[in-house]
Formats: sequence, structure tokens, C-alpha cells
Amino acid sequence: MSTTVITVDARGQSCPGPLVSLAKSLKESPDGVTFELLATDPGSKSDVPSWAELSGNELLGAETLEDGSFRYLIRRGA
Amino acid sequence: MAVTEDRVDTATLTDLLQRVEALEAEQSKAIKKKNKLTIIAWGGQLDRIWPTTILATTAAASGMEASVFFTFWGLFAIVKPGVRITGENWMQKMMSVMNPGSADKAKLSHYQFMGAGPAMFKKLADQHNVAKPDELIALAQDLGVKLIPCQMTMDLLGLKREDLLDGLEEPIGAATALREMREAAVPLFI
Repeated sequence: MSTTVITVDARGQSCPGPLVSLAKSLKESPDGVTFELLATDPGSKSDVPSWAELSGNELLGAETLEDGSFRYLIRRGA
Repeated sequence: MAVTEDRVDTATLTDLLQRVEALEAEQSKAIKKKNKLTIIAWGGQLDRIWPTTILATTAAASGMEASVFFTFWGLFAIVKPGVRITGENWMQKMMSVMNPGSADKAKLSHYQFMGAGPAMFKKLADQHNVAKPDELIALAQDLGVKLIPCQMTMDLLGLKREDLLDGLEEPIGAATALREMREAAVPLFI
């Protein structure tokens, strides 16, 4: 089964921009979708895991890309 | 406890039942907290309204229930842009002149410099792509944050429902504000 990945490009946005963009995209998308969040806000390193815990969604992975930006993979919680 | 192989004596059972009932009664009196943020927005200054609106929008984006109760100077932040002098008498009118309405007109608590401070702050915010309080208020409404004006301060300052932004909740009093705070896991006064 292939998984649909929706990319939320929040590069350039500051707190709480990336989380708001992500939450809006989650709300508008169907179940079973994986979300890829791209961000440049260094605060997102702590904020995305906190958001996942608060909102009950699952953070599948986080990485820093070569250009210094951040990439997160999120799956909607049950 | 007097428990024999396969039967419990009646006295022990009665005692246990009473203890369960007492625990249940105590539990029902306990205050039930919701996964909710309630902010009492007392300050109308830019450096207060800003964190207020950032926290409220972040809470809503995190799946928390969120409400903001605007009272005293905080109320001027939710005056409709373009609404100038409000109030019935000269005192109320003077208050509105001293506190121009809307979050966009909010002053800083430090470094106001006759408006240069807030202008610099907003310029920096633009450079760093930080949403400004008036934008965050619109976003908060979009995300379902309840924005609630304080009835008493509205009366005191002569602010009418039509002077305030559209889409606000019905004005409430202190007791309802307390109820909001009591059930919120995160109650704040900013």
C-alpha cells in the first residue's frame, strides 16, 4: 500500500507559523496521509515534538537537511 | 481483612462499599480540567497582545480548546480597525483617544518612542516572517479560538458591541471568566 505524502512548506515562517500551517493541512486532509513539514525556524526543533505531544499526532522522524533547514514527518494520531 | 477461602463476611463487604462510595463522592467534587488554554488578556500593549495571540493560536493548532477573555486595556486590542473615538462622555472618549483601538495600533510597554518602537518591531517582524497581532487575531478566529469581551469593562469604557471586531463571543462577566479559567489546564493572565 502506498502512502500519500502531503508536503507543508513552511520555510521562512516563524513561530507559530509552521505549526499553524501543519494543523490547517491536517484538518483539510483525509485520514491515512503522512505529512512532510519543511521549516527553517530553529524553534521548530523543539516545537514540532511538543506540538505532536499536545495534539496527539505522531512524529515519525525529524532531520536537518544539507541547507540547514528542517524536515519532519508526521502521521495523524488516532 | 476477614476473607476466608471463598466468601467475604458481610461486615467487610459493607465497609468496602462505604469506602468506594466515599471515594466516588470525593471524586465527583474534584475539578475536572480540560485540555484547554484560557488567557485573561488584561494588557493592551503590543508586547502583551503579541504573546497572547501567539499562545492562543498555537494552542488551537495543537488541538487544545482555547479562549481569550479581553478585559481592561486588552479590550482596545479587539476594537474594529477604523473605529476612532468611542464612549458616551468625555472621560470615556479621552480613554479611547489615549488608547487607539485595534491590535495594529497597540503601543509598547517599553521603547514606545512616540510610535517609532512599534514601527521598528513590526518591521523586524516582517523581516522574520512573524505574524503580527492583528493577523494573529484573525488567525485565532479562523482556528476557532473563542474571543470573549468583558461586559463590565465595555460598560466602563463605553465600548459598544459594534465598536468591537465581528465574530466575537457574547460578552461575559467575572464569574464566567473564572469558570473558563477553572476548567482550563492552562489558565494565564497576560
